[in-house]
Amino acid sequence: MSLRNAVAITGVGSSRIGVVHDRTGLGLAAEAAKNAVADAGISWDEIDGLLTAYSMSERYFMLGSVMCEYLGITPKFAASMVVGGASPGVMVNHAAMAIASGECSTVLIVIGENRRTGLTTDEAVAALTTVGHPNFENPYGPTLPALYGLVARRHMYEFGTTPEQLASVAVNTRYHASLNPSAQMRELITVEDVLESRYIADPLHLLDCCLISDAAGAIIVTRAERADDMATPPVFVRGIAEHHTHEHVSMATDLVRSGAEVSSRAAYAMAGVSPAEFDLALLYDCFTVVPLIEMEDLGLVGRGEAGAFFQDGHAKLGGRLPVNTHGGMLSHAHAGASGGLFDIIEACSQLRGDCGERQVRDAELAVVHVEGGVLSSHCTLVLANSR
Amino acid sequence: MEDLSQDRPRPRLDADSDRYWSAAASGILLLQRCAACETPRFYPRLLCPACHSDEHRWEAATGRGSVYSFSVVHRAPSPALQAETPYVVALVDLDDGVRMFASIWSPPDAIRIGSRVSVAFRRLGDELALPGFELDQTGAPS
Repeated sequence: MSLRNAVAITGVGSSRIGVVHDRTGLGLAAEAAKNAVADAGISWDEIDGLLTAYSMSERYFMLGSVMCEYLGITPKFAASMVVGGASPGVMVNHAAMAIASGECSTVLIVIGENRRTGLTTDEAVAALTTVGHPNFENPYGPTLPALYGLVARRHMYEFGTTPEQLASVAVNTRYHASLNPSAQMRELITVEDVLESRYIADPLHLLDCCLISDAAGAIIVTRAERADDMATPPVFVRGIAEHHTHEHVSMATDLVRSGAEVSSRAAYAMAGVSPAEFDLALLYDCFTVVPLIEMEDLGLVGRGEAGAFFQDGHAKLGGRLPVNTHGGMLSHAHAGASGGLFDIIEACSQLRGDCGERQVRDAELAVVHVEGGVLSSHCTLVLANSR
Repeated sequence: MEDLSQDRPRPRLDADSDRYWSAAASGILLLQRCAACETPRFYPRLLCPACHSDEHRWEAATGRGSVYSFSVVHRAPSPALQAETPYVVALVDLDDGVRMFASIWSPPDAIRIGSRVSVAFRRLGDELALPGFELDQTGAPS
């Protein structure tokens, strides 16, 4: 059974974003969920499925069950899923499978945490280091930026990608954030600003790295047939696919070609689309090098061409393929697995024409790609505002 | 063998890796090779990732290889390690056919992708030693 157009996203919601002192992580999640439920125009008791991810600031053992308890719902389908940044894509896939099989009909996907105020910076850096192998990587003292620094240096080596090109990803993304009232960082930056910011893990500077935020997002996923009766214009999941290759960076066979190539082709085949058809792309951007590899793996540009694509302004609003129009994790928000959920939410908002100053004109078809670990787990979504 | 600072995550010896760590403590880099399909593997584990056989043998590695990529840590994961910055973490492709994550204990500016390196060991307390790499004399990419 194909999941093509089996489900639609009929509600989206976000919490306040940035430094939010008066919310716990669960409180942020609840705020986003309440906004998504209101946006969908449904009642809470229509939700019969819930999926969430994990929290590094509030380490509940069974976060899915805790989330149901905190929200006051008792669904028949619930879980917490830990696939790093890929979690929200994987959760949409699982929600689609559960809905298509008849197990449930309306799934709330909600992810967020107070990673900015609930952890010190030292604690956040230490928590993220758990992505590394405890015995065969972490004794050498890597950080998550250092693991992605390996990726960046290899991309530079193989394709001649320059520090300026990496920086242009951050500059482009910040420009989009400047048009988004809810983004955490809105002040425009230049390539020089990025290159003059201190090294975190050479070749990655501070401004090559995503933010640490308090933030939560939520979406409502329901059966496509039901979507036509909902309060808001539906966004159909036309294609979706995962691919998982490893977890630890030392086990990746290649650092400049990832499982995104496989997941994207499977999602395109399900959707019946080609990469030239997309009106915009939302690409997981924990570090500036990642959207470059994703663009190349997804076939949106040729191998080694993504750096120049950003540098020449083609990824900017009004350009050939606008990328991360909300400001991405580099400038909008990054609170763990919710980063990729904001990519999905932005795609929905664009396809609904709700984006005001940063609206991509006549946006009908979007591609979203999320990845977790170090290019380890992948999910590609093809989203459209018609079947 | 030089000493490493103690304030770092310590490998936890387990049933998959205790032979690897006990060899490292005496300055030997030991790798597993599948006894069924002869594929070498790293890190040590129960099944061959190529053919899934659970038969293997241990072999001493040449310990020589070349740099696949590297990163220079300026912002460390802990205050104790911050004192050692800048330091290098790398992926090294061993001539033995496996890729390892490790330190390169050589000046960062001298390292390039493709640089030739050889294994070295540094003590981590009384019982453990961590294998890492140093640039060969020329350090030139092969």
